[in-house]
Amino acid sequence: MELYRQTISELRDLLDRKEVSVKDIVSSIYQRIDAVEEKVKAFVTITEDKALKMAEDAQKKLDSTEKQSSKSLLGIPISIKDNMCTKGIRTTCSSKILYNFIPPYESTVTSRLIEQGYVLIGKTNLDEFAMGSSTENSGFHVTRNPWDLERAPGGSSGGSAAAVASDECIAALGSDTGGSIRQPASLCGVVGLKPTYGRVSRYGLVAFASSLDQIGPITKNVRDAAILMNIISGHDPFDSTSAPLPVPDFTAVIGSDIKGIRIGIPREYFIEGMDKEIDTSIKDAIRKLESLGAIPVEVSLPHTGYAVATYYVLATSEASSNLARYDGVKYGLRAEGKDLIDTYMNSRAQGFGAEVKRRIMLGTYALSSGYYEAYYRKAQQVRTLIKKDFEDVFKVVDVIVTPTSPTSAFNIGEKTADPLQMYLSDIFTISVNLAGVPGISIPCGFTSNNLPIGLQLIGKHFDEESILKLASAYEQATDWHRRRPLL
Amino acid sequence: MKYEAVIGLEVHAQMLTDTKIFCGCSTKFGSEPNTQTCPVCIGMPGVLPVLNKKTLEFTIKTGLAMNCNIPSYSRFARKNYFYPDLPKGYQISQYELPICEYGYVEIVKDVDTIYVLNDGETKKIGITRIHMEEDAGKNIHESASSARGGGSGGGNYSFVDLNRAGVPLMEIVSEPDIRSPDEAVEYMKKLRTILRYLGVCDGNMEQGSLRCDANVSVKPAGQKEFGVKTEVKNLNSFKFVGKALDYEIRRQIKVLEDGGKVVQETRLWDSERGITESMRIKEEAHDYRYFPEPDLVPIVVDQRWLDEIRASLPELPDIKRKRFVSEYGLPEHDADLLTSEKSTAEFFEEAVKQGAHPKNTSNWIMTGVFNYLKEHDKKEISETLLKPIHLVNLSKLVETAEVSGTMAKTTILYEIFDTGKMPEEIVKEKGLVQISDTGEIEKAVDDVIAKHPKEFERFRAGEEKLIGFFVGQVMKMTRGKANPQMVNELLKKKLS
Repeated sequence: MELYRQTISELRDLLDRKEVSVKDIVSSIYQRIDAVEEKVKAFVTITEDKALKMAEDAQKKLDSTEKQSSKSLLGIPISIKDNMCTKGIRTTCSSKILYNFIPPYESTVTSRLIEQGYVLIGKTNLDEFAMGSSTENSGFHVTRNPWDLERAPGGSSGGSAAAVASDECIAALGSDTGGSIRQPASLCGVVGLKPTYGRVSRYGLVAFASSLDQIGPITKNVRDAAILMNIISGHDPFDSTSAPLPVPDFTAVIGSDIKGIRIGIPREYFIEGMDKEIDTSIKDAIRKLESLGAIPVEVSLPHTGYAVATYYVLATSEASSNLARYDGVKYGLRAEGKDLIDTYMNSRAQGFGAEVKRRIMLGTYALSSGYYEAYYRKAQQVRTLIKKDFEDVFKVVDVIVTPTSPTSAFNIGEKTADPLQMYLSDIFTISVNLAGVPGISIPCGFTSNNLPIGLQLIGKHFDEESILKLASAYEQATDWHRRRPLL
Repeated sequence: MKYEAVIGLEVHAQMLTDTKIFCGCSTKFGSEPNTQTCPVCIGMPGVLPVLNKKTLEFTIKTGLAMNCNIPSYSRFARKNYFYPDLPKGYQISQYELPICEYGYVEIVKDVDTIYVLNDGETKKIGITRIHMEEDAGKNIHESASSARGGGSGGGNYSFVDLNRAGVPLMEIVSEPDIRSPDEAVEYMKKLRTILRYLGVCDGNMEQGSLRCDANVSVKPAGQKEFGVKTEVKNLNSFKFVGKALDYEIRRQIKVLEDGGKVVQETRLWDSERGITESMRIKEEAHDYRYFPEPDLVPIVVDQRWLDEIRASLPELPDIKRKRFVSEYGLPEHDADLLTSEKSTAEFFEEAVKQGAHPKNTSNWIMTGVFNYLKEHDKKEISETLLKPIHLVNLSKLVETAEVSGTMAKTTILYEIFDTGKMPEEIVKEKGLVQISDTGEIEKAVDDVIAKHPKEFERFRAGEEKLIGFFVGQVMKMTRGKANPQMVNELLKKKLS
């Protein structure tokens, strides 16, 4: 049996029945990494020594107790996007400015994974500071799409999505500010969930845009996404924006009936000029859901057209401030100059890549006195309207169904020369972050050249259960999620 | 031409909380550099602020004590600028929606700069807003030669100490209602008194826990619109607030008289040279790019909590002062001085409650106690051996005429400070009991008259002011113990 191909729940069974050891699993994963990582390049840092130590500890715990219900990840190999702080393990955000940064503290999400006994496989590549949609903006190297190595895996959590798709880990965590979990999940043919803003603690997630960032799982199937959601969700006293709400058992909805669930099909998401194959796949998926008992309703999200512009004002404004701390004074890259200002400028000029600089400049401009009203405040007002669009639609339907991305995986280098084209690849995911609602992308088909297509399901605030329920019903009725790339 | 000054003050008060505003680090002053820090206040990647609720309570308390409105919805904002002592590259402060707005404090009005002549007439100084923010760290500049590890290339090094980064501050912004340097000092003193009454700030200007920047402009007397203002920074004592403002007002007037224009700029007070100097002009002013802090949820003040805080406020200095006048019959001046420190007022009241005479007690505190504190470089009565009961007993001794008032406020009071002994004990030990025995005093009077026949003759011839000479001689003979009133009466009888 190829252990690296399994899911969390499958490995859990094998471990609990003592058919395999944690070491067997972890070794299998590293053998797989040895075999394919050179092609995929999903990781920034591979933590094999640490993983073997964690595996040993996990095995001891496994042997010493009978019941493992509270240790659901005991011995499960997971990789973490390299913008979540891991104590003692380099955390770079794929930026040269943090090339040597070793956090002295652990992020809340990884602390919770540690409590559950997970095994850290490595830190995955991303667009520098999560700014991008292809992982081509990494300050270190480009990650490749396991389905076609000439193509991008999407981004910014491209490393995590590619690692899961190529079986270099069992599951991964990503972060999503404008689609950074869902879009790469879609382009790599895996499951990616962005929780409701406030559902998961951001403590230890290196901030890109604080009011939009959210951590979520990237997995091989919907059940695994629910398992990880059970662990990472819930209030954290270290993050005042995390909601003090009870967390349901998300796995409870897996496989349950979806009869009578009303699904909204927003007309603004089915536009002229959309990729024909994607259009067909999404419409097939909607028919499939209908055949399972869901009731499609045509709806409208009238301010959709403003979402990308609104996002690029707000996200860059917050980013321009969030990235001010990288000044060469306390940690990370310092390029000495003749005086303080010179040192600031050299460190930031050498440390940041072109896209990060572009966004810092955009955000600085939008917040400047004289422009604030026209840009930042106006964008905040539009954000309120976009949020209201969703509230209105959710009075009528339970879940909204859309494509995740307007295209399948694009070629490496195809969009790097035109930032606006790159920005538009998040056109279907960005509104969800602005509204703060949860969204999941699941595989729903393949193009004629064998590239995955993703279906996006969007839920009400703090109603991840409905989208997981729908996603799992669809998954159980189809086979798309079982396909694996040939590497 | 005659000119009027227009002054508004921005005061930073460091809050007396045990821990910082957004993390659990200690706020203790004077520790080894960077020992009171954590990932949050160092500005590590990925950290988030969590508001210390105590700082919110302290600021609301202050707002209520300064008659502010507390809006039900308030927000933090980021103030963006680069500096090595600012680890995140922005300061978390408040901008559009501060926690307190539209208040005032009352100060004694300054007419003709000699405000004591106008005892009692007060004036309201508007408080525009009070908001919470975090302090920055401290840069320590050292030359290459003294820098640890040495320095190559002859460049200078600076060290950054982040112990102070994240210490909670309140910024209290006044309306431009202040019209003279004396009023500015009065206003600062009033703020300090209130902050100390509330126990939210120790008010120590020398250590920097109370800091002041001033906006100043001048205009021809009677003109309605304000002149161009300058901002004066680095006013770290009451004395410098007065001196710097006086200098700056005169400088601006001189500029106008010479036909020039005041430039809008930030100026730094140089206390050694006693002048203000240009620091940066308006064109160089920072654009702080304020925007709402997305890492902190808006503050929603619950009415019940607000009521609880209001109920917990102590009696404030203005009210206490008025009560001291009406309840104890003290002059305004006494009441003002006694209530400027809560501990002094409480000491006074404790003594009076136990039976001490109010006016005598007030006199002893305002002269004897205050002088002693000044001479011995102490700040509070609690640092001496004096207890309220001392003044109660001293009061009794004076009222029963066992000792004279002079004896009480000099010899006895000072002996208490030194030894902590009870007044009656001191009187006994030193034999200070007042002589009120008519026979004994009469004998002394007779002796004095017998010794000074010439003066006696002159007195009888009509030189009445000599009565003072005779009283003095009798007191000298009795070593101050004779009851002065009885001496007077007996002399008058004998001499006439």
